[in-house]
Amino acid sequence: MSKLLGSRLDRMPDSIEAGVDTRHGQVLYLENINVSFDGFQALKDLNLYIEEGELRCIIGPNGAGKTTMMDVITGKTRPDTGTVFFGQLIDLLKMDEPSIAQAGICRKFQKPTVFEYQTVFNNLELSMRTNKNVWSTLFASLSGEQLDLIDEILETIGLVGQRKSLAGSLSHGQKQWLEIGMLLMQQPKLLLVDEPVAGMTHQETERTAELLLALEGKHSVVVVEHDMEFVRSISRKVTVLHEGSVLVEGTMDQIQNDRRVAEVYLGTLC
Amino acid sequence: MFSRGLLKNDLGGRVIFYLLAAAAILVPLCNLVVPETSVFYLSSYTVTLVGKYLTYALLALALDLVWGYCGILSLGHGAFFALGGYSMGMYLMRQIGERGVYGHPVLPDFMVFLNWKELPWYWYGFDQFWFAMLMVVLVPTLLAFVFGWLAFRSRVTGVYLAIITQALTYALMLAFFLNEMGFGGNNGLTDFKDILGFNIQSDATRVVIFVLSCAALAAGYLACRYIVESKLGRVVLAVRDAEDRTRFIGYRVERFKLWIFVFSAALASIAGALYVPQVGIINPGEFAPLNSIEVVIWVAVGGRGTLYGAIAGAFLVNYSKTFLTGSLPEIWLFALGGMFVLSTVFLPKGLVGLFSKAGKEDG
Ligand SMILES: Nc1ncnc2c1ncn2[C@@H]1O[C@H](COP(=O)(O)OP(=O)(O)OP(=O)(O)O)[C@@H](O)[C@H]1O
Ligand SMILES: [Mg+2]
Repeated sequence: MSKLLGSRLDRMPDSIEAGVDTRHGQVLYLENINVSFDGFQALKDLNLYIEEGELRCIIGPNGAGKTTMMDVITGKTRPDTGTVFFGQLIDLLKMDEPSIAQAGICRKFQKPTVFEYQTVFNNLELSMRTNKNVWSTLFASLSGEQLDLIDEILETIGLVGQRKSLAGSLSHGQKQWLEIGMLLMQQPKLLLVDEPVAGMTHQETERTAELLLALEGKHSVVVVEHDMEFVRSISRKVTVLHEGSVLVEGTMDQIQNDRRVAEVYLGTLC
Repeated sequence: MFSRGLLKNDLGGRVIFYLLAAAAILVPLCNLVVPETSVFYLSSYTVTLVGKYLTYALLALALDLVWGYCGILSLGHGAFFALGGYSMGMYLMRQIGERGVYGHPVLPDFMVFLNWKELPWYWYGFDQFWFAMLMVVLVPTLLAFVFGWLAFRSRVTGVYLAIITQALTYALMLAFFLNEMGFGGNNGLTDFKDILGFNIQSDATRVVIFVLSCAALAAGYLACRYIVESKLGRVVLAVRDAEDRTRFIGYRVERFKLWIFVFSAALASIAGALYVPQVGIINPGEFAPLNSIEVVIWVAVGGRGTLYGAIAGAFLVNYSKTFLTGSLPEIWLFALGGMFVLSTVFLPKGLVGLFSKAGKEDG
C-alpha cells in the first residue's frame, strides 16, 4: 500500500489537471437534481458538492438513491432537472458515458463488474488511460512504462499471483479489488465507488479501507457503503441520503448522534 | 512470418491453414492433371462443391467475428453475402453481351424481356471488373454502416437487434423479387458466360476460382485473427461480456460495434462474390431469412468465438446438407434443427470445444 503513495500514481492526476478547473476547490457540483422513474421520484432536489482530494462517504437506506446519483454523474441516467458540473467548466449533462470517463470520472459498480473471460492483466490493460478510439486500439501495444504501471497496480490490489488468471475465477472480494484496480488504471480525478466492501472478509475490508485512504488527497473519492464500521474507519465527512435528497451532512459522530438519521434507519416516524 | 505469429497460439487455425494449403495445391492437380480414370481424379462437380463450402466458411468466419467475439447476434449476414453475390452477378451479366437469348449488345435478357430500352443507371460501370469488385466491398459496407450506425447508436441489442437484422434481409429479399428493381426479379441473374475473358464453365477457370476461395478464406482468417489478438479484439470481447463496464472505462462501444460489423459485412460480401461464379446463379432466395439463420447454426455447431470453429462448422453442416438432401431430403431440416439443439445443449463450445477439452485432459 505504501508503494502506492510513493510511486507513479502520485503523478497521475497531473496529466488531467489541465482539463478540470477546480480553482474554487470543488471538483463536483450537483445542484437541484431531480430524477423520476415512471412517476417515482428517485432523487429529489439533491445538492452535493465534493471538494478536491476529498474522501466522502455516502450512506442511506436501501432505495435512498445512492446508485442513481452515481448514474447521474456518470451519464447513465439523465436527470429531469438540475445541473452537474465537473470542476467549474465541464458540464457533465452534455456528455455521454465514455467522454465522462475520459474526462476523469470513473466508477465501480455496486455489483462487481469485471471482464470475466479475460485475464486480470487484460482487465487492467483495457482500463488504462490511453487513446481509446478504434484505430489506436487496433494497433496498440504496451510500452515498458505501461507494463510497469500494470505491475504496480497488480501489487496495490494484491493480485500479482492472479495476473494470468481469468477474472471470472476470482473470489468476490478479489473481483472488487480488480475493479478498483481498473479505476486506478484510468488515473481518474474523481472515483465513485459503490459498495466496495460488500461480500468482503474482515481482513479484506481493512485492506480496502487502507487502499481508499491512500488515495485521499490525490484523487477525490466518493464511497457509497452500508458497512458502518468501514465508513467510520475511512470517513472525514459523511452524507446521509434519504428518499432522494440529503438528510444530514457531517462527521460520523455527528451523524450517529443525529435524531433524524436514527429515525430513518430505524424506520420510526415521529 | 506474419501468419506464423498470428497462428502461434492457435492450433485450430494452423490445422485449417495446412488443410487450405493442401487443398489449394492438390485440388488443381487432381482435377486438371490426374487422368479421369485414376482413383485420385477429382471431378469438377466436387471442385465446385468444395469451393462453395469455402465461401460458406468465409461467411461463417464473418459471423463468428461479430457474434462470437462482439456478441452481436446478426441474423442478417446472408444479406451481405447476397449483395456481394449480386455485384459479381451484375458484372457477369454484362460480360454476356450479345450472346444472350435476345442478342442485345448491352441489355441483359431479362431487361429486354421487360421491354426496357436503356440500362438503369445503377448498372453502369458493372461491365468493368474493378468497378464490380469495388462495389462488392462498398455496397455492403455502406449498408452495414448505415444500419449499424442507427442500431448501435440507439443501443439496440440482443434479441431486438437479431429481429431487425432478420427484417433487413427479409426486406431486401422482397425488394429483389420485384422485376421493377432491375435485378432479374424472381429468376435473379444467371446464364453467365465468362469472367475476365475466361470461360466460366471451364475446368481451369473453376480451379482458379477454387484456389482464390482458399486464398480469400486464409486471408480473411488472418485478418480476423489479427483483430481478435489486438487490443481491439479485447475491447470487443469486453463489449460482449460487459457492455456498460466498457463504456464506463471510456470506450465508445457503438463505434467498436460498428467497425466490427462493417468489416464483417465486407467479408461476407467477398464470400458472396466468390460464391456466385461457382454456382452460376444468384437470386433473391439468397436473402431468405432462413439462410442467415443457417449461418448461425454453422457457427454454433462448430464452436462460437474461436474462428476456426466457424470454418469447421460451415464445412460439417454443409457437407451433411449435401449428403442428406441427396439421400433423404425430407429429414434435412429436422437434422439441422437437431444439430443446433444438440450442440447448444451438450456442446456449448461447439465441436471444437470437444477437441480442446480432450487436448487439455491429455495434458
Ligand atoms: N431504472 C430504474 N427504473 C425504475 N426505478 C428505478 C431505476 N433505478 C432505480 N430505481 C428506483 O430508484 C430508487 C433508488 O434506487 P438506487 O438504486 O439509487 O438506491 P440505492 O440507494 O443505491 O439503494 P441500495 O442501497 O439498495 O443500493 C429505488 O427505489 C429503485 O427501485
Ligand atoms: Mg445502490
